[in-house]
Amino acid sequence: MPEDIIIQFQNVTKKFGEHVILSNLNFEIYKNKITTILGFSGAGKSTLLKIILGLVHPTEGAVYVLGQDLSKLGDFPLREFRRNFGMVFQYAALFDSMTAYQNVEFPLKEFTNLRPSERDHKVRHLLTSVGIDDFGMKKLPSELSGGMRKRVGLARALALSPAIMLYDEPTTGLDPITSKMVNDLIVETAEAHKDRGLTSVIISHDIKATLKISDFIAFLDRGRIVEYLPAKDFVNSNHPLVQEFVHL
Amino acid sequence: MSANNAHPADHPWPYRIVAELGQSIIDVLRGLGKITLFAGRFFYWVGRPPYRIRLVFDQLFFIGNKSVFIIVLSGSFTGMVMAYQTYFGFKLINVDTLVGPVVAISLAKELAPVLTGLIVAGRAGSAMAAQIGTMKVTEQVDALEVMGINSLQYLAAPRILAGTLALPLLSIIFLFVGSVGAYIIGTKALMIDEAIFYSKLGEFMYLEDMLQGVIKAFFFGFVVSTIGTYFGFEVTEGAEGVGRGTNQAVVWGMIFVLVLDYFLTSFLIRIL
Ligand SMILES: Nc1ncnc2c1ncn2[C@@H]1O[C@H](COP(=O)(O)OP(=O)(O)O)[C@@H](O)[C@H]1O
Ligand SMILES: [Mg+2]
Repeated sequence: MPEDIIIQFQNVTKKFGEHVILSNLNFEIYKNKITTILGFSGAGKSTLLKIILGLVHPTEGAVYVLGQDLSKLGDFPLREFRRNFGMVFQYAALFDSMTAYQNVEFPLKEFTNLRPSERDHKVRHLLTSVGIDDFGMKKLPSELSGGMRKRVGLARALALSPAIMLYDEPTTGLDPITSKMVNDLIVETAEAHKDRGLTSVIISHDIKATLKISDFIAFLDRGRIVEYLPAKDFVNSNHPLVQEFVHL
Repeated sequence: MSANNAHPADHPWPYRIVAELGQSIIDVLRGLGKITLFAGRFFYWVGRPPYRIRLVFDQLFFIGNKSVFIIVLSGSFTGMVMAYQTYFGFKLINVDTLVGPVVAISLAKELAPVLTGLIVAGRAGSAMAAQIGTMKVTEQVDALEVMGINSLQYLAAPRILAGTLALPLLSIIFLFVGSVGAYIIGTKALMIDEAIFYSKLGEFMYLEDMLQGVIKAFFFGFVVSTIGTYFGFEVTEGAEGVGRGTNQAVVWGMIFVLVLDYFLTSFLIRIL
């Protein structure tokens, strides 16, 4: 695996029963870049994400993340390995019995030996950097707006300083202004962690935002990557489906 | 051979009834198998660190909170009505002084653990399915797994442990308030002499009777909370799925309590 590749798919096929979801995928995701996987719904995008996380195992082929073949990891090492990832869920998936503060504190409590004062400092720093103030920190997810929840979800995902951030349809279901805010936040996050290295993988069908914020764009259709280009070249692709998507 | 290849709906009705009956038996057996595997995974994970004792206490309080009031209410009325019913039967043969021990023994061996089991299935078992089911459909379970936390260990283990511990305690509360209810009705309404009520109770009621109930309650607690959490994890889609899971947790929890009660009784009678 060359230096600048962080995730590599080798002949990856995924079937659910007889149903082929991903078919012989070969592609790689570059380190410290923002890569978006575009596709119509049902194309297999979420399955692809779950394979990267090792939550779903490919039927055939292998996935390498940070040089590690995921299929070679047992249950415990795989769970530990997942701490390389920060995941932002479509609807944030905050723990609804915990406040915003406790949600961000949770991974730090579970997986670090920080002293309480250090932990408190870190939680506040994370939440402040995504624009949640002291007042918002005390709220339960049910008392937060969709955009606020996304911010808290982002802070929680960043808590353990992951090498790879994964975003599942970050703007689906949000109003245009909140969508812009979330997209800006994704770029800001990537910028803010540039020095230690942060790779972002986004799943989306929001073509406009994707063109704006991505370094690379892959187009997934019926289980195949039919186009994979630097973002600036993507609009000029002559693949008919991509054209259709771009001009939607 | 042609009948075999036809669509099942085209078979004559006697075949269809047999086929549907067979299918539901297969479904139930498959469900039983999956619950057994789930329970096996619980035993595998519960013994492994990290131990989250606080979560067990949280769940104990939750179950207690949900159920204590109803347990006290049903327990006292069950004891009172039992006192009446046995009294009028026993009066006919002049053994009405035995109302105390008969009610207390019925409560201790059967009514307290079984009714407590049914109540906990309805209150806490359903809540477990609803909580975990909601966490499943809102991807909170995935969020745990992505962090590397085993969701079964984190969500199911504390609930099953707490349920297993809580049910015997609740059952003892049921027995206590039920006996107090029987005592009040027996001595104040039915005018059984207080001293005789006590002495007969001491004469006929043994620790084994209570032990039998506590052992049963222990198993009911395990089964009800295992079923509650299992159906929570089985939820796959939407609010509707959560509703269905909750419903199944209650129905199967209750059925398991009643069926298990029979087998436990026939076993415990022999060893106690
Ligand atoms: N666990 C599963 N079992 C069976 N089929 C699944 C499972 N997960 C996803 N699928 C199917 O795989 C296809 C792709 O799903 P998904 O990856 O969620 O697509 P997308 O995220 O692009 O909308 C869909 O047809 C879906 O029904
Ligand atoms: Mg999806």
